[in-house]
Order: sequence, then structure tokens, then C-alpha cells
Amino acid sequence: MTETASLTTSDGKPLKAALAASLATRRKKALLLVAPLLLFVLVTFIVPIGQMLFQSVHNDGFSSTAPTLQAWFKDHPEGSDIDESAYAALAADLKQMKADRTAGVAGTRINYDISGTQSLFTSTARKADTMKPPYKDAILATSDKWGDPNVWRAMRDASSPYTIDFFLNAVDMTRASDGHIVAVPSDQAVYKKLFWRTIVMSAEITVLCLLLGFPIAFLLANIPMRHAMLLMILVLLPFWTSLLVRTTSWMVLLQQQGVINDLLVWLGIIDNGHRLEMMYNETGTIIAMTHILLPFTILPLYSVMKTIPPSYVRAARSLGATSWTAFRRVYLPQTLPGLGAGGLLVFILAMGYYITPALVGGADGQMISNMIAFHMQKSLNWSLAAALSTILLVIVMIFFWIYDRIVGIDKMKLG
Amino acid sequence: MALPVYASPLERTWHYSYLTICALIFLFLMAPILIVIPLSFNAQPYFTFTTEMLHFDPNGYSLRWYDQLITFGMQHPEAPRDWSFWMDFWENATWMQVAKNSVIIGISATVLATVLGTIAALGLTRPEMPYRKQITAVLISPMIVPIIISATGMFFFYSWVRLPMLSFDGGVHIEFARLAGSYAGIILAHAALGIPFVIITVTATLSGFDQSLVRAAASLGANPRTAFFRVVMPLIMPGVVSGALFAFVTSFDEVVAVLFIAGHDQQTIPRQMWNGIREQISPAILAVATILVAVSILLLATVELLRRRSERLRGVTPS
Repeated sequence: MTETASLTTSDGKPLKAALAASLATRRKKALLLVAPLLLFVLVTFIVPIGQMLFQSVHNDGFSSTAPTLQAWFKDHPEGSDIDESAYAALAADLKQMKADRTAGVAGTRINYDISGTQSLFTSTARKADTMKPPYKDAILATSDKWGDPNVWRAMRDASSPYTIDFFLNAVDMTRASDGHIVAVPSDQAVYKKLFWRTIVMSAEITVLCLLLGFPIAFLLANIPMRHAMLLMILVLLPFWTSLLVRTTSWMVLLQQQGVINDLLVWLGIIDNGHRLEMMYNETGTIIAMTHILLPFTILPLYSVMKTIPPSYVRAARSLGATSWTAFRRVYLPQTLPGLGAGGLLVFILAMGYYITPALVGGADGQMISNMIAFHMQKSLNWSLAAALSTILLVIVMIFFWIYDRIVGIDKMKLG
Repeated sequence: MALPVYASPLERTWHYSYLTICALIFLFLMAPILIVIPLSFNAQPYFTFTTEMLHFDPNGYSLRWYDQLITFGMQHPEAPRDWSFWMDFWENATWMQVAKNSVIIGISATVLATVLGTIAALGLTRPEMPYRKQITAVLISPMIVPIIISATGMFFFYSWVRLPMLSFDGGVHIEFARLAGSYAGIILAHAALGIPFVIITVTATLSGFDQSLVRAAASLGANPRTAFFRVVMPLIMPGVVSGALFAFVTSFDEVVAVLFIAGHDQQTIPRQMWNGIREQISPAILAVATILVAVSILLLATVELLRRRSERLRGVTPS
């Protein structure tokens, strides 16, 4: 040991130190190569995701436009009387909102909690300049909604830019008038159901993909390479074809006056008056998405099946197993890594699908992505969209973590 | 897969039903892609085969939907097909404009993703690379994170960030513009989405790369730069090109980020298709689809040729 420790390089440095220094240099060089891309992805992708996460707990639409009320809420703890001083603060803020034209912004924020309050803000702000004390009477004269304790509770909640209310909304919860967290009435509860449907539909699509992908992968792995190459093109062509093209084709095939219905009527399987409804519902989404995601199961299954030596099944047969037993007890267990990799990948991808459900899904074939897009583009409740996105992201990341544990992200392959 | 001579009748039946099942699944895979091709030549505005088409009557077929693609958005669609007609087409036709955008955005994003991705892959495959798993996870994440979430995040960030950009109204001057609604914004977004594909294909190629070739080059007197450009680069080129093609297709096919962060001037082919499908679906969409299928066949052929070339270069013979 002492002898090894005293080994030195030609210029007299201890060998261990010289090796460590050289390793450190090479590590630094490797890192330097990766650094530009890492920086690029951080700025163009990770930071935006971070900002989206921030948006889900942060909304200053009200707190930045109503500073006087914000101060009043700070001085008067929950449960204080809504007295003249509160209304005076409200009047001061409404006057400022009118000058800055921000009443709509503030109203939108409160409207997320209590619908119908946006117009309350805009209409009262219009009259704010002419108001004189006592403000309580002046404001209540414009609309008696201002006397509603729920409105005041919502304003108190919104006076802090940080809130978990959007997450509560995203799991069908809300704050009751006394500030307690309660579930929303069941006829308004949509999100938990939608998350559940997204998971169930993704699972159905995954199972279908595995069922359809398995025989194909088995065929490709067990025929001569030349033929497998040709058939592989039939698998890869859909993979390379535009998503919108494939979705369009399914719309053409599945619609009531479409090719499949025509064919079935012509064959006499169904009656002309009873054409199947295969589109604008869950069936349409599942069929089209199974088709789109099928190559993602075939490819990993194929690469696993290629490595399974045929001698194991032959050995099982020679030991007296029937072909079914040999398949079930010997072959199938060896394909599990491929089933796991393909299944998880399809499940992860299906969870986040947006385009296909939006085009062929109709009302009951929508997934959580479509709801996020709805809140981003139509209802403009961006914080709720961000909260829903965060929950979806967490679910996807859990499955990605499992994928990493089972398959390893560095084992991911394309084509 | 051939059936042994001693197969029982039951095994025989099962074998043939298995082949039938496989044929049906292949039909399921291919039918939606092939069906749009004949339907795009439909003379009628229907999405199904007319009686004339089924009887191969030439009157059942026409190029009217392709004609509509060309003239849509043009100033003088009825003009004779001379030089000025085609200039009008190049300048004004809607599908031409979105095709130009798709190509500009696709190529720029691909170049960014491929250059940065290849350099990073070289670092990632070095044995002494620290935090390899964690860094790979970050670089792959744009492929795993649902596109709607990426687009939402990019919408918030890209509408908020202002970058100095050259502006050309009259004179050239620099102004601070939002990334959202600019070519730069959508190119950056698409580059980020394409990076995982470059990383995956190039690291796969590099993992089969024989490092002793670099040492051999060095021992013959090549400096690291020469060794890289003369030895490493030619060998990993097929992997780089197929990664680049994946990145290009990702951008070329992407619609959600375009929906969220592109402005009116940056509409792409899939974005225009999305409009067409949502509003009033006409067989003109099928004509676009047919052209895109042809493009994807070309791309697939290129990737397959490259893969075989790569295997040949690395000495792996297709068995």
C-alpha cells in the first residue's frame, strides 16, 4: 500500500492526485459540451414550465388593482364587521380602477370564485367618481350584491396574490361562505371525473395497443429479416405520417356517411337507417388514438422479442408442454420488459393527448388536455388551467419515474 | 414462421387464423393512410366513394380539390396559368404561405436542435460525464411532458419575455418585441420539442461507436479537431441526419404550440389544416393530406436508407 501511495508521475506529482486532476478536467470537458443545450432547454422549456407552476398558485388580478382594500383586509382580521371604512376603501379602489381601466381585471379574478361578479365591478366602477360618503349606502345603492358576505370573503381571499384556491377548484372543491373547504355540488363537479376518464381512456388505449401490437411484433420477430424489413415499413409509415392527416383519415372513415358505414351497409351488416355513430364520442377517440399510438408498442416489443432465443420454447415443448403452456409459461414472461416499456410509453403519451380528442372526441370523448385548452383559450381562467396542468404533470411524472425505474430513460429508442 | 409438417389440424387452424389476424391489424394500420389518396381525387364534395369512383368511371375523379388548394387565397384565381398566375400563387395563395412558414420554422428549429443536440450527445456519451441520468431526464422531458402543458407554459413565458429584435419598417432599428407572435418564439419552442429526438438517436449511434478509432487517429497525429471532423463525424452522420429528420417532422407536424404562441403571420400547414377541419371540412383537406403522406413516404425512405448505411458503416450486416 505504501508503495502505491508513493508512486509519482514523471514531473513528481503523486499519481493519485494527477489522475484525479485529469479526471476532473475530462468531467469538465464533458459538462462543457452538454452545457449549451442544457442552458437552451432550461430557458426555452423548463423555465416556462416553472412559470406555469407559479401561475397556478399566483394571481394578482385583484391584489394589484385593489391596494386600499388589501390594506384594510390586513388590518381587519377575518370575521370583522364590514363597516363604513371597508366600503370607503372599496370606493377608493373602484375610483382608481376606473382611472386605470382595471375594473375588468379585478372583476375577472373575483368572478372565478363567484360567477356574475365581473359586471358588478365594471358597472360600479363606472359610477365610482360621483360617489360621496357615506360610501356604504352609495355602493349598496348601485347593487345590493355588494352586501353579500360571499363577495367580501372572495375579495379577502383574492387580496393575497398567492392562493391554493385554483387547486381546490381543480379537484372540485370550493370555499363555503364561512371559509371552510367543501366539495362543490355534484352537478358542478367536472374535473375529478374528467381526470378519472382520462386515466381510464388511456388505460383502455394502452390495453388495445398491447393486444394489437403483440401479434404484429411476434410476427416481425419470427419471420426472415428480409420480409420483416418490408412489413416494418407498414408499421413505420403511420409513425411518420402527420398526426393531423391520420386524425382526418379517421374522421373520413368513421363518420356516419363515411367509408366504414357505407361498407357495412353495402355488406348488409347494418341497416341504412341505423348507421353506427363512431365519431364525436369516446369510441372515435379510442379508435383513432389506438391507431396513432400502436407503433409505440410494436417497436419496443419487437426489439425485446428479437432477443428471445427460440430454443426455450422448443425445450418446453420437448418436455411435454402444450404450445399454449409453452407460450404462457415460457415465452410470455420473457416479453414482459417489452410489454412494460411499450405499455407505459403509450399510457404516458395518451394521458396528454389533445389534438385527436379535440377533433374526433365530441362531448364525451374529451380528455383533461381539452379542458386545459378550454380554460386557456375560451374561459381565460389561466390560473385554473395552470392548476389542472400541474396535476396532470404530476401524474405523468409519476409514470415517467416508473418508466425510468423499469426501462431506463437512456434505453429509449426510436424506429 | 413456417408450419412444421407434423402440425396438428388444430395448430394448422390456429396458424392460419393468426396470420389472418395479423393481416387485419396491418389493414388497420395502413387503411387510414391509404384511404385519403383516392378520396382526394373525388369529383364530388363527399368523403366516401361515389358509384362512379367504384366503377372507375373517369368522370368520378377530378383534380378539383388540388385546384382549390392552389387558388385558395389568390388575388386572381381565374387568371390564365401564365407566369403572373404563378407569381400570384407564390405571393398570396394561403397554402403556399403556410407551407413557406412550415419550411422556414421547421428548418431553423431543426438546425438549432441538431447542432446543440449533437454536441450535447457527444458529452453525454463520455464515460466520465457527471449527473448523466439527471441531465438526460431534463433533456428528454420535452418529449414526455404533455404538449398542452408545454404550450401553456410557453404561452405564459413567451408572452412575458421581451427580446431585442431587428425591425425593418422603413429603416432598420432594434425594438423590444414579445417572443410570442414572432418567428423567433415559435422556432425556439419547436427546437426545444425536437431536441429529445436528436439526443436519443445520436446517443444511440454514439453508444455503438468504437472509441479506439479516435485514439488511432490521435496516434497517427490528428489533433482532436481533425479527429472529430475526419473520423467521428462521418461515422455518426447517419444518426445525426435521422435525428434531424425526427426533429424536422416534430416541428412540421406540431400544431398546439403554434395555436398558443404563434401570431397571424406564423401559421403553418398543420395549423391551417386544424382550421379547415374545425370549421368546414372539405375534401381539399384530403388533397393536403395526400401530399403530406407523399412527404412522409419520402422521409421514411430517407431514414431507412440512412439506418442501413449506418449499420453497414459500423460493420453490422443486416442478417
